[in-house]
Amino acid sequence: MATKPDVELVAVTKRFGETAAVDQVSLRIPAGSYCCLLGPSGCGKTTTLRMIAGHEEASEGDIILGSENITHLPPAARGTAMMFQSYALFPHLDCTDNVAFSLRMRGVDKDKRRAQAREMLKRVQMEPFAGRLPAQLSGGQQQRVALARALITDPQVLLLDEPLSALDPFLRIKMREELKALQTRLGISFIHVTHSQDEAMALADLVVVMNHGKIEQAASAREVFNKPASAFVARFIGGHNVLPAAVARAKGEGAFVAIRADRIVVQPGNAPVDATSLAGVTRSVEYLGSTVQVGVDVMGLETLSAVVPEARFDANPVAPGQPVVLSWAPKDVHVLGR
Amino acid sequence: MKRVSAWVTYLQVAPLALIFLLFLVVPIATIIVVSFFDYNTTQIIPAFLLQNYEELLLSPVTWATYLQTIQFSIITWAITLVIGFAVAYFLAFEVRSTTWQMVLFLVCTIPFWTSNVIRMISWIPFLGRNGLANMTLMQLGLIREPLEFLLFSNFAVVLTYVHLYTLFMVVPIFNSMMRIDRSLLEAARDAGASSWQTLWTVIVPLCKPGIAIGSIFIVTIVMGDFVTVRMMSGGQSASVSLMMMNAMSLLQYPAAAANAVVLLLLVLFTVAAMMRLVDIRKEL
Repeated sequence: MATKPDVELVAVTKRFGETAAVDQVSLRIPAGSYCCLLGPSGCGKTTTLRMIAGHEEASEGDIILGSENITHLPPAARGTAMMFQSYALFPHLDCTDNVAFSLRMRGVDKDKRRAQAREMLKRVQMEPFAGRLPAQLSGGQQQRVALARALITDPQVLLLDEPLSALDPFLRIKMREELKALQTRLGISFIHVTHSQDEAMALADLVVVMNHGKIEQAASAREVFNKPASAFVARFIGGHNVLPAAVARAKGEGAFVAIRADRIVVQPGNAPVDATSLAGVTRSVEYLGSTVQVGVDVMGLETLSAVVPEARFDANPVAPGQPVVLSWAPKDVHVLGR
Repeated sequence: MKRVSAWVTYLQVAPLALIFLLFLVVPIATIIVVSFFDYNTTQIIPAFLLQNYEELLLSPVTWATYLQTIQFSIITWAITLVIGFAVAYFLAFEVRSTTWQMVLFLVCTIPFWTSNVIRMISWIPFLGRNGLANMTLMQLGLIREPLEFLLFSNFAVVLTYVHLYTLFMVVPIFNSMMRIDRSLLEAARDAGASSWQTLWTVIVPLCKPGIAIGSIFIVTIVMGDFVTVRMMSGGQSASVSLMMMNAMSLLQYPAAAANAVVLLLLVLFTVAAMMRLVDIRKEL
């Protein structure tokens, strides 16, 4: 098989009337990577995906797959396949015919396309359900059929629009693992739109955090978590406290700093406040199992949170209403770009 | 929970059951009973004879009339299906804004603001020998003599049917189309389907229940019609109901009743056949 292609967006813009849903987005997604487009609703992530798929025409810019400019190609000619949010299985066709649909459109004869479809259903462990209609399947099963349908054309890039949002939490984690395993096995790029940071962190080689039609940060999950590029990223990805730089007495350019919640030490009392500590009042204590999340009100700041391992919390417990001191190591202060 | 006694339940279904009994079962039973009666020029005589059915089914006129009626039904059905599907498709998929959809849908119902008969009659000055259509065509130099087939012909009958009843096809098909998840169309496009392929492999199959309901409307209406045939064919064509009318005007009620029973069976079989082809319960 030929070398797998990269996906590249060059200053891609999508305007709906006056407003730009996607604004000058440039991004390179290396071949064979799992990329998550992450952001709040209305951030332009789905529009970006739909432009790559060809279901939305880019107003400006180019979309390149490998060495080919696919900006104006119809969806089926791009080498991409899309899995829709609610799976969009054809309700009048059984699983086999759903999977065989694109082969039918290409004029592959019936026996051949059904045999191929059955082969594909076997790969997603759905062969026993080959003759069922979509309405007779559970959410997870529908998703597998949708995957099989998208993969039967041997796409070079699979586009997934919030694939896990229709599933219950337990199934979501299971299907998440399956998606990752499938991507690793196939070696093609998956571009996955989600608003769940957990999902993005668990799956992605490349996390692309978007806001207001722009990319805030595109990096590995680790880098996004440890070195968020902006206050928005730090807040959206969660697990961070965003403070004005002056409060943390941090050096550097930025106006804000981020400190990971699990790096903050909580101690009861009104201990002297030095450069790397703040005094506040406990607002909430949430027991999360292996950790305890403590919310602390500090005068003039948004509520800060500290995530403390259970054993350490038990050694030094605090209760809501109790004055506490938060402290951290200077190396844990991350200066934010914007 | 307290068990409701049986007679309360019966009481609850009684009003509807009574209405059905009075206005559906009794009249049909009467027609069936009368269809076996004897008659002469002045009276109908209670009896149990198969003579009415024999006369009806052995007469070539009956067969010709039934064939004519079936022919009207099939032609009207085919034309209203094509037009109805096209209009519904335009409303459902081409008109993007909901407001315009509603406005255009209401426009489709405007003909229903006047009575059937008036709408029918208004074709006459248009289609007549010196009517608008002929005058215009002659002035344009397209024809030299007025077209005779325009009015008082089978053409006029079918045209009127189509005009009167296409909406009965549009509404159920439109309803089916509005239930189609738009992402299915994108999924089809993603799989490489052309718009034509999407139409045939996705939209038409999903519209089947709507098409079936519309077809039942059209077929039952046209099979039972006599006003349109009488007015628009100028007495040159017949329909089964017109036959019944004539029988009744000669006070041959048993003959008309026998004919009604035969027509009822024919329509019931047609509808049953359509229901077998398509499961319309999904739509109700």
